[in-house]
Amino acid sequence: MKAIAGGSAAPNKARIDIWESLIRLVIVIISLICLLPFIHVVSKSLSSDSFVIANKVFLWPQGFTIEAYRKIFADASILRSLYITIIVTVLFTILGMILTICAAYPLSRAQFKGRRVITFIFLFTMYFSGGIIPDYMNINNLGLMDTIWSLVLPLSFSAFNLLIMKTSLTSGIPVSLEESARIDGAGHFRILFSIVLPLSKPIMATLALFYAVGRWNAYQDALFYIKHEISLRPLQLKLYYLVIQASESFQLEASQVQLSNPEVLKASVVVFATLPILCVYPFVQKYFVQGVMLGAVKE
Amino acid sequence: MKAASASPTNHSPLLRRKQGFGYYLQRDWQLYLLVMLPLAFVIVFKYLPMTGLVIAFKDYKIARGFWGSEWAGMQVFQDLFAKPDFIRAVRNTLLLNVLDLCFSFTMPIVLALLLNEIKSIRFKRINQTVLYLPHFLSWVIIGAIAYQLLSEGGGVVNNLIELMGGTRIPFLQQDTNWLISYLVIGVWQSMGWGTIIYLAAMSGINPEMYEAATVDGAGRWRKVWNITLPSIRATIVTLLIMALGKVMDGSFERIYALQNKATTEFTTTIPVLVYRWGIESGNFSRATAIGLFQSVIGIILVISADRVAKKLGEDGIL
Repeated sequence: MKAIAGGSAAPNKARIDIWESLIRLVIVIISLICLLPFIHVVSKSLSSDSFVIANKVFLWPQGFTIEAYRKIFADASILRSLYITIIVTVLFTILGMILTICAAYPLSRAQFKGRRVITFIFLFTMYFSGGIIPDYMNINNLGLMDTIWSLVLPLSFSAFNLLIMKTSLTSGIPVSLEESARIDGAGHFRILFSIVLPLSKPIMATLALFYAVGRWNAYQDALFYIKHEISLRPLQLKLYYLVIQASESFQLEASQVQLSNPEVLKASVVVFATLPILCVYPFVQKYFVQGVMLGAVKE
Repeated sequence: MKAASASPTNHSPLLRRKQGFGYYLQRDWQLYLLVMLPLAFVIVFKYLPMTGLVIAFKDYKIARGFWGSEWAGMQVFQDLFAKPDFIRAVRNTLLLNVLDLCFSFTMPIVLALLLNEIKSIRFKRINQTVLYLPHFLSWVIIGAIAYQLLSEGGGVVNNLIELMGGTRIPFLQQDTNWLISYLVIGVWQSMGWGTIIYLAAMSGINPEMYEAATVDGAGRWRKVWNITLPSIRATIVTLLIMALGKVMDGSFERIYALQNKATTEFTTTIPVLVYRWGIESGNFSRATAIGLFQSVIGIILVISADRVAKKLGEDGIL
């Protein structure tokens, strides 16, 4: 019996190993396709002009120099964009979290009358909106055009994040815990601040990251709403004008020699703008994965 | 003890029938106060703009203002439907989204099936970290990287092609090539991230099923086909229906970061047209009309998708 099992297992195992290696190979290739573009751009940003013009840079810097980065840090408008982006992202994330909690906590309470209607009012915005132009005219009428508030306020309520938070509060907080607090005479505010929020730290971290990364990466609203106040352009919009439209030139210092080839500078701006995301990415990735799972579980 | 804890819960259903809304407002005023703030935001920034949709039925003149402009009935829509640009934008929106669905929807399933075959957790985790990465980049960055890689003059891909004796290909500067690049970049960005939900569904499969199949002599392929795929069928159908509900949507940011002056054939989609007509040229009525057209078709698609999902016995999306 044992001998038969061993005999049939041996060739089977060998075959599996070949398949497994093949699958591993395919996965590694796909991973490399995701990774190599960055490595190329980083290499380019650290190479000297002549090698880049001669198309000699692949995955390793040629003629190593950090000249391009020095120029970026000397460019006041790029640093200003970074500053704007940081301010907007922080304000947006704080406001977004406040709104989400204020909406999710009442809607997760069974005794809250009118909760179906209010939930519908919130969630309807996921499926239907006025659209680009009505939003634009609204921002204009509210006098928010060309202010950072046009980037902070309109998108700070997210029905999708509300849904995740509500699901988490409904299923994650034991009802008995809340009931005992109520018997002890605690009001809703007290329950929210002393029980619900401390127990919801992981989900709050996840949603704060959703808000922050979403805001950091978006440029559509800035393109629409920040038109004349060039100093209020967030980093992504600045990058758009610099690299994609190439309509704006780098504000090089007068004493410096004009670069013959902007490609190196473009590459280094891309790295400059990506670096903050890359730095936090390994630490926040698991929160995002959790958030996606929660988002997939409906109501 | 039991009676004491049960009494407050028994108490309220008895009262509920008799109390008006004022009672609840008084009892739960803190909850109503909390919900006021987000409600105010939603009304000001989501519902208030919806009133602006009326200008799709007006001959909007900035000087006359929102309410002073003359009603135009369906004239704006009639003009809109006659525009060749409109037809092209609808065609492009559908074309790009349907093609996207073919590739960006299927690749995560394939990749998830591959990852599911890997036993080493460490190998899986390292690769997943790399595979999820493109999802975290903005479209501006992705567009910038795409030009660094694919441009005809100095793109590294073309440099490699030339090194191997081929001729340079204008990946982003020619209509059909642009379309292919657009799709490939979409797959690149979303493939890894899209596996998360499928991998979660796969981790819920009872391992005994695989063991039983192994005893019955099923090979690797057979197990994927007869166990893994049927187990994630519900997930696939739900996500597919949700994706179908979105075929009239369009990411403005993605297309705007990848477009350039050399190719215009496929880059004119509905959101791009809204931007060009409305914000760039100031034709607000027409731009609002095309946006409304898109929203209405969009919500019809979402509702039908939901109906279909429920008919098939899957969870709906509404």
